[in-house]
Amino acid sequence: MSEKPKIGLYWCASCGGCEESVVDLAEDILGVVEAVDIVFWPVAMDFKRADVEAMEDGSITATLINGAVRTSEQEEMVRLLRRKSAVVIAYGSCAHLGGIPGLANQFDREQILRYVYEEAPTVSNEAGTRPSTEHRFNGDRATLPSFHHAVRALDQVIDVDYYIPGCAPTPKLLKQAVEALLTGALPPKGSVIAPDIALCEECPRKDSKPEDLHIERFHRPHAVMADPDTCLLAQGIVCMGPATRGGCEALCIKGNMPCTGCFGPTSRVRDQGAKILSSVAASIDAEEEADIIATLETIPDPIGTFYRYGLPGSFLRKSLSQSS
Amino acid sequence: MHRKEESGETGVPWRPRIVAFFCNWCTYTAADLAGVSRMKYAPNTRIIRVMCSGRIDPQFVLDAFTEGADGVLIGGCHPGDCHYSEGNYKALRRYHLLRRVLTGMGIDERRFRLEWISASEGDKVKQVINEMVEQLQQLGPLDLPTERMRLDSELEEMRPRRSVIDISEELKEAAHV
Repeated sequence: MSEKPKIGLYWCASCGGCEESVVDLAEDILGVVEAVDIVFWPVAMDFKRADVEAMEDGSITATLINGAVRTSEQEEMVRLLRRKSAVVIAYGSCAHLGGIPGLANQFDREQILRYVYEEAPTVSNEAGTRPSTEHRFNGDRATLPSFHHAVRALDQVIDVDYYIPGCAPTPKLLKQAVEALLTGALPPKGSVIAPDIALCEECPRKDSKPEDLHIERFHRPHAVMADPDTCLLAQGIVCMGPATRGGCEALCIKGNMPCTGCFGPTSRVRDQGAKILSSVAASIDAEEEADIIATLETIPDPIGTFYRYGLPGSFLRKSLSQSS
Repeated sequence: MHRKEESGETGVPWRPRIVAFFCNWCTYTAADLAGVSRMKYAPNTRIIRVMCSGRIDPQFVLDAFTEGADGVLIGGCHPGDCHYSEGNYKALRRYHLLRRVLTGMGIDERRFRLEWISASEGDKVKQVINEMVEQLQQLGPLDLPTERMRLDSELEEMRPRRSVIDISEELKEAAHV
């Protein structure tokens, strides 16, 4: 009975959506629970860190870790789970490439702390108190984890065996991955467990994408009524489809919203943001330098648009402290 | 920020390193002409020949900076002169958008430059490279590899570099004439 494969689930810098996606297996979760022993899942079950520490090294069959790594506690936990697990899976965009929390890599730690604890309009903190890693009061000592200088994808901290992409991953992908784990039909180490094709390949609007795009200006999705049947890029809406891995079955497109890139790049691309930047820029109509600049200005936030889920995993990783 | 003014511990004074992507038909030929004409210009540039400035993937530029370039220079045919009719327009559009990303990430815009240099403008190659070297001398080293190592020293244990697709292969292919 106790020979069932052991599964662990853990979260780091994340929103909880990945945990939700596990529950979204709905009745299929019963099959999973039948087939495996969940030995660690702080969100849903009462296991403590000491329980993990007591396990033998490598005794957890697989641990799914979601969220990026920002604090010393997260770093400690993922190192511990790495030691205890035979297979570690980076689950979701944040663990895969840094995710939304990774956008904080546009700023320095000091800038972030100053804004959050002093400058934000809703903050009242005249003494300028900041969280400290250690505080003594009446002979007691309280500690907090330290806040790293950068957000990191999971594989920038520990060795990762597989990746399941998405913000959040779809239940279908999770189910496929769990089945692969249970049957031992695993792809080569380092694989992203999702189709290795661009989203455009599975897009229902594929046929309406012109051979050559001639974009005159870009429109932000909230500012226009997009035609529900035409390629969004052809309508001047930045869609990350050409540079993003498929496998989500074009969920956002079916909701008449552009792809924002949460599945990361295909295996042939190293830097998703640079790749979509290349494609989008080349597709504009203007030829005169001033017109080119004016058209590109209609994309107000290139980093937040092209690197929405992947800044820590990109070439540049983090902004430099001062202009260099 | 820590500024390394000398390369390694050898005590050799730091010199800026420029990676230049020159198109086969205009700028590379101009650089060749500058050489044949025995023009002297600063020796800090590694020239990579590509068939067209439109072939320069923004990933190549980011990879060059990540690997330690202090500046990246793109050279292509003048507007209207592209051997493939509009590759240089694509390069110009990508250049402007990529420049915004680079400055947003704290990289000074003078480190990334695009110039139209026709096959007969050997003297312009000399002038642009000399100018850029001088500007980079003033800016000092960028040295992203050291900067990244310094950043990762906050971890309990340093990870070896993320295993990635080696785009140098693609670069070799692009440069193949």
